[in-house]
Amino acid sequence: MNGPVIMDRRLLLKGGGALLVSFSLTNAFAQDQAAPAAPPAPKLPGSLEKAPYLDSWIRIDADGSITVFTGKAELGQGFKTAFQQIAAEQLDVPFASLKVVTADTKLTANEGYTSGSNSMKEGGTAILNAAAQARELLVAEAARRLDVASENLRTENGAVIASDGRRLSYGELVASNMLHVQAQPSSKLKDPSTFKVMSQPVPRVDIPAKVTGGTAYVQDLRLTGMVHARVVRPPGYGAQLTDCDTAAIEKMAGVIKVVRDGSFLAVVAKKEFQAVKAMQALSAAAKWKEDARLPKQDDLASVLTKHLPSKDFTIFEHGNPGSGGRHTLEASYTRPYQAHGSIGPSCAVAQFTDGAMIVWSHTQGVFPDRAAIAEMLRMPPANVRLIHVEGSGCYGHNGADDAAADAALIARSLPGIPVRVQWTREQEHGWEPFGPAMVTKLKASLDDNGKVADWRFEVWSNTHSMRPGGAGALLAAQHMAQPFKVPEPRPLPLPEGGGDRNAIPIYSFPNAQVVHHFLPDMPVRISAMRGLGAYHNVFSIESFMDELAALAGADPVEFRLKHLEDARGRDVIEKAALGFGWRKGQKAPQDRGFGFAFARYKNLAAYCAIASEVEVVSETGRARLVRAVAAVDSGQVVNPDGLINQIEGAIMQSTSWTLYEQVTFDQSRITSIDWQTYPILRFEAAPETIEVHVINRPGMPFLGSGETGQGPAAASLANAIANATGKRLRDLPLTRKRIKDAIDA
Amino acid sequence: MMTLKVNGQVHQIESDADTPLLYVLRDELNLNAAKFGCGLGQCGSCTVIVDGKAVLSCVTPMVLLEGKQVTTLEGLGTASAPAPIQRAFMEEQAAQCGYCIAGMMMRAQALLQRNPKPTDAQIRAELAPHLCRCGTHMRILRAVHRAARLMDTAELAPADKRSAQ
Repeated sequence: MNGPVIMDRRLLLKGGGALLVSFSLTNAFAQDQAAPAAPPAPKLPGSLEKAPYLDSWIRIDADGSITVFTGKAELGQGFKTAFQQIAAEQLDVPFASLKVVTADTKLTANEGYTSGSNSMKEGGTAILNAAAQARELLVAEAARRLDVASENLRTENGAVIASDGRRLSYGELVASNMLHVQAQPSSKLKDPSTFKVMSQPVPRVDIPAKVTGGTAYVQDLRLTGMVHARVVRPPGYGAQLTDCDTAAIEKMAGVIKVVRDGSFLAVVAKKEFQAVKAMQALSAAAKWKEDARLPKQDDLASVLTKHLPSKDFTIFEHGNPGSGGRHTLEASYTRPYQAHGSIGPSCAVAQFTDGAMIVWSHTQGVFPDRAAIAEMLRMPPANVRLIHVEGSGCYGHNGADDAAADAALIARSLPGIPVRVQWTREQEHGWEPFGPAMVTKLKASLDDNGKVADWRFEVWSNTHSMRPGGAGALLAAQHMAQPFKVPEPRPLPLPEGGGDRNAIPIYSFPNAQVVHHFLPDMPVRISAMRGLGAYHNVFSIESFMDELAALAGADPVEFRLKHLEDARGRDVIEKAALGFGWRKGQKAPQDRGFGFAFARYKNLAAYCAIASEVEVVSETGRARLVRAVAAVDSGQVVNPDGLINQIEGAIMQSTSWTLYEQVTFDQSRITSIDWQTYPILRFEAAPETIEVHVINRPGMPFLGSGETGQGPAAASLANAIANATGKRLRDLPLTRKRIKDAIDA
Repeated sequence: MMTLKVNGQVHQIESDADTPLLYVLRDELNLNAAKFGCGLGQCGSCTVIVDGKAVLSCVTPMVLLEGKQVTTLEGLGTASAPAPIQRAFMEEQAAQCGYCIAGMMMRAQALLQRNPKPTDAQIRAELAPHLCRCGTHMRILRAVHRAARLMDTAELAPADKRSAQ
């Protein structure tokens, strides 16, 4: 330990236990500096690599109470419950006896963003190993005190028990700095066959408050003396505020202040609806100079592939690409900009007291967001604390970070007073960073045996992450009088990738080439949306596989298996096909179609195969998912019901994206600004059934499953529509009109 | 000053008469369940029950509610003593982020109060105004069916007791 030690006064005052003090020491390390220099050690499991001290993850107090810490943020995926299961299992304590504390720059390790289906792989793995190693330390201490060999001790219900019945509780055993030790590369993990809590469908810990009106969301925070702010955003990207007479607004009932900094405009009032009315008046008073610069929406495919400059990377080459084959097929697929569309618009609370800023936010990354907000406010990061509080589901980078920045900027002008900022529906729809538009071009040849001989895949896309980053990623910082420049976009590195995520085929093709055309210019504000490029790339590959299967005269499931060596991939395909009742040469009833698709997310996370049945009303072109059967392999399962919930949700959400959704815009403004102009799936379109089959892999690494369903669900649906209508649709969304036009063509 | 009866309790309301009910519930009465989703009556997150009917509180001004009875999710039960609809949503784990759920539950509650045995088609039609972005639709439907069964049993329970006496 050679760094500055920042004691958390509140913790010191509160607790007498030595471990508590050691914990706050650890935090100083976890947050503000890298691990102390040491000779290269074997890699530590999951996020232990970033925060190697066990007490960054597990705290055991003298009274036996146990707290688990994670830098990941609960976004409605349910991992908080899964982490609690993991810790309870490996520590041998009752599930309900644990408490889990999530992302807070003052309390938890820096685990970066909660994204990419990585929470289980990174945070879950860290807690799995930290808990197992903490248990080992407790057993070793008991062995010393009882003077028996560790092998003759067992753990149960928060205590170490000797064969003669002597028993020492964890609280009794825990001693100064016991857990303030670096993690080891490997742990004595429990045998999965003895699991009592892991792999069980434990009910989620957050649901009771959510179904009874408890305090569950950042929107529900009510700090003493809190006031309400509303932002007035420009009418479009690049619009400048030229004039705004605020005199009348400042006299409105309850109005405390109008905040203006360049083109950043906001109003603060005592009561929430007073703020709403003042925002409306302020919006009417503001005069803007608009900057028409958006591309033509109808031209999007050629804008992406021809007009925007690209940096081209050949990301995969195998065999002798371009060698061709007997029959060749080419196709191009497109995806529009699509919105995260959180049901609750973004919200944040901030309080600036004695030079220190606290922000409560539903951000996916408390540490990066703290850095960005500190830069915007020109404050040292140590004086800014970000606390994650759940918001409405985000599915990626929505308005959360921007709302946090809004709240911080406004709160700075009202020292001591907690300020709550609530975005409007129109602001969320108009200003969130969208999932990028994409174009793919595929070309493949079949050999005499109906196998793919040659494969070429090209994808055009912006980056898929403009997360903070720096202050320039935040709207408020972009709109200030002294604005911060938007950071230069970069392609996200493989193997995870961004626009090229899942662009490299998982299938074995003798000759193949994959090219990523990275587009640095971003006419429309974009960032990470569930699955990133994988949604469109898997939609493209898996649609094209069906087109090739048709050319080969092969059954789509059989055709996939013929090209897939990965045994776990084959297992999920076979499981989904079996569960669906897929039969070679089957014919769907009139106006119905069957479709199939498969992917392994990022080619390194969970495997997912989905079979779908759709109904297409040929007179109107209206398509509806009737039933879906999925199979998923996410490694060791922690909470099967949580996993099923994620896959069900992925199928529903991807169905909505695929059938209905596109962001619309004119030359200067986003025009899809509410649920009327950006329709999503409603109950009338919900299927009859969704069935999810989980393939558990006891003892195998957690793979992460939050995003694995997005691509397969889209392609499965598109393939089923093609099966029902005989027409292949390649442009997302597969709207009623497009289907009708295809049928009529 | 207007009065408003919420979850059986009468409140003197300070907010202006044009204030939508949602802001009165959240900002003045500190109730969490009704959610701000759109302020446009497009998503259903703000749904509460007024005199037995599901109402979008974000577009219903206070002035229309004098003398009426408002019920929110808080008025049905608690985490330790949940109402049948709450128990059903817990048992079905019918939430992901859960932001839309309170509104869904209130419309389902209103439906079950007037039609204790709705068909699946009736439940789907009733929930048409509600949006869920996490894609929890199938669980929500199952939870409403389960709530109907639980309410049925709850009504039977006292009757059974009576017959046993």
